[in-house]
Amino acid sequence: MASQDTLRAVDTGKVSPLYDPKVRGIFFQGLLFVVLVGFIYWIIGNTVDNLERAHIASGFGFLNRRAGFDVSDALIPFTSDSTIGRSLVVGILNTLLVSVMGIVTASILGFLVGIGRLSTNWLIRKICMVYVEIFRNIPVLLVIFFWYVGVLSVLPQPRQSIHFPLGMFLNSRGFYFPRFVWGEHAWLVGVALVIAIALAVFVKVKATQRQMATGQQFPVLWTSVALIVGLPALAFLLAGLPLSFEVPKLSTFNLNGGVQVKPELLSLYLSLSFYTAAFIAEIVRAGIMGVPHGQSEASYALGLRPGTTLRLVVVPQALRIIIPPLTSQYLNLMKNSSLAVAIGYADLVAIGGTVLNQTGQAIEIVAIWMAVYLGLSLLVSIFMNWFNAKMALVER
Amino acid sequence: MRKAILTGVLSAAALAYMAASANASTLDEVKKKGFVQCGVNTGLAGFASPDSKGNWVGFDVDICRAVAAAIFGDGSKVKYTPTTAKERFTALQSGEIDLLSRNTTWTETRDTELGFNFAGVNYYDGQGFMINAKKLSGVTSALQLSGASVCVQTGTTTELNLADYFKANHMEYHPVVFEKLEETLAAYDSGRCDVYTTDQSGLYASRLTLKNPDDHVVLPEIISKEPLGPVVRQGDDQWFDLVKWTLNAMIIAEEDGITQANVEEMKKSDKPEIRRVLGQEQGSKYGADLGVGEDWVVNIVKAVGNYGESFERNLGQGSPLKIKRGLNQLWNKGGILYAPPIR
Repeated sequence: MASQDTLRAVDTGKVSPLYDPKVRGIFFQGLLFVVLVGFIYWIIGNTVDNLERAHIASGFGFLNRRAGFDVSDALIPFTSDSTIGRSLVVGILNTLLVSVMGIVTASILGFLVGIGRLSTNWLIRKICMVYVEIFRNIPVLLVIFFWYVGVLSVLPQPRQSIHFPLGMFLNSRGFYFPRFVWGEHAWLVGVALVIAIALAVFVKVKATQRQMATGQQFPVLWTSVALIVGLPALAFLLAGLPLSFEVPKLSTFNLNGGVQVKPELLSLYLSLSFYTAAFIAEIVRAGIMGVPHGQSEASYALGLRPGTTLRLVVVPQALRIIIPPLTSQYLNLMKNSSLAVAIGYADLVAIGGTVLNQTGQAIEIVAIWMAVYLGLSLLVSIFMNWFNAKMALVER
Repeated sequence: MRKAILTGVLSAAALAYMAASANASTLDEVKKKGFVQCGVNTGLAGFASPDSKGNWVGFDVDICRAVAAAIFGDGSKVKYTPTTAKERFTALQSGEIDLLSRNTTWTETRDTELGFNFAGVNYYDGQGFMINAKKLSGVTSALQLSGASVCVQTGTTTELNLADYFKANHMEYHPVVFEKLEETLAAYDSGRCDVYTTDQSGLYASRLTLKNPDDHVVLPEIISKEPLGPVVRQGDDQWFDLVKWTLNAMIIAEEDGITQANVEEMKKSDKPEIRRVLGQEQGSKYGADLGVGEDWVVNIVKAVGNYGESFERNLGQGSPLKIKRGLNQLWNKGGILYAPPIR
């Protein structure tokens, strides 16, 4: 039937609107749109109806109320008198803290392990392989529990803390190290640091120009290190050593003073880093193997050494393959940080959960959770897409 | 055609939904499905925990069983939903459970803003602190706890009282907050915190599950009022009444000396009060007014015993907890337990 209709249509040059693919397309898309809008309208209407019927208050007014509970690891000042909205900000900052720390560590570790898997040294290769296979194949929640219950909770009590040099302590309440207390004229050190970095950039630019012009190389790395370490050190001496340390001291219950990294943060950070690093290692390995062997051979033929070849020839090309899947891993890491709730780290989900319970505003809290994670993920995506575009092969 | 199917499906779904939400009363729904869906603790010795055969037992579980007995004449017609402190209210609001009997503190916010009704108080409790006396031998009062790390379960009134207490006494503390009771206890037991805080009954119940229960002591201070009771959704008065009077009936049964053992005998009693309570009064319709049979109190007592029996079996001398009645004694025996009369 259909084929005959089509034939006739071609013959007459006129198509019945019923069989016109364009009309059909518009019709069904329009239908889908109407159904979708209707469905969403229906869901929202129902939710509102049900909330009213169940006498549940709704709206975001609760964000301005007094929180009434305390949060132990807050990056901004927070007491039980602060607002509920502020407690959620504390949660977002904690999520960001562990995500950023995790992403940085996972990237470094992942690159090292990924390159290690391609090493010519048998032992390094096998160690890296075992690492990847172990961490890639264990659920991240178990890795978190392993660190929290298996490693950190069996550490000694505060009174029997393991004592490290330079006033650092490790016990079941976390890792403690001295806090820097800057004195008068300490700003000179900061200024010196900024000047040193500016000088280092200048040296780098000049050195590149000189190499382009004359082919002579200049030891940029060591000069920069000397500048960035030396200048602030000099300023520090001139300003009269304006630095003292606040060393953790034992009180009745805990070590007081200094900086405390709690075991919740520590185990979450370590697990997320170790777990994601295994995936990043595989991505890096795939990226490097994706660069044709001829590239490194050509580089060796030009007389470059293996390290230089890796740095200047292989890795820049491999990055183009690495970045897109790397983005997914970063997003995964950030979302996995919500597993914090299992070990009591005060991230967005944990604090949101507390708020949800104390106020009963389930729908609002879930909406906030979704909006924040969506927003953060989109930000990471945008940044990585920008980076990817920058790294992409520029064809001339 | 596709459009027809789609609209058909959608309107059917809408109709089905409206039918369901046109609010058949909770009692009718429970009768139709044949059991009470009851939200309980995930495992708190004495209040709600599975026994060696996997049956739920405990003081809060008895409330669920009593309600089922009043409706069906059979205390076993209950299905249990273990809920964490955080999940419990959502479970009740969404209709996943019919009744929440999970050592839940009666507060104004929960009663109004969350859309619940508290069907009375089945346990008068107060918040306390537990410490490891072996490690902290010098500590004998909660006022010495400044600077301590405190393990606490999220989403509880405990969390709020804790903040208030330390603030009022100008003391510092480090809260370590977990979602599940088991996680909180495990962290306390492993030494992550110096102090574990919750309602005193919960402290005694939890102490039994620690590695060395005898090392731990409950400090004398009680820092809050925690009236615990069964909770239902607001807006269904019939169901609210039934749960409320089930609890009252258990208390009245104790006042009148009606026990699991003598309830059949008591039916023949000539005291008007007892005859009335047990549905033996001529033409009485106390049961019918609640939407259940006239022998509802008989069934409740047969299923779980009176209030005192349930208390002693789960929390008191008949249990490992050995909690004293204290405030939870009848009003005429030195406690504050008081039920309005059935008449």
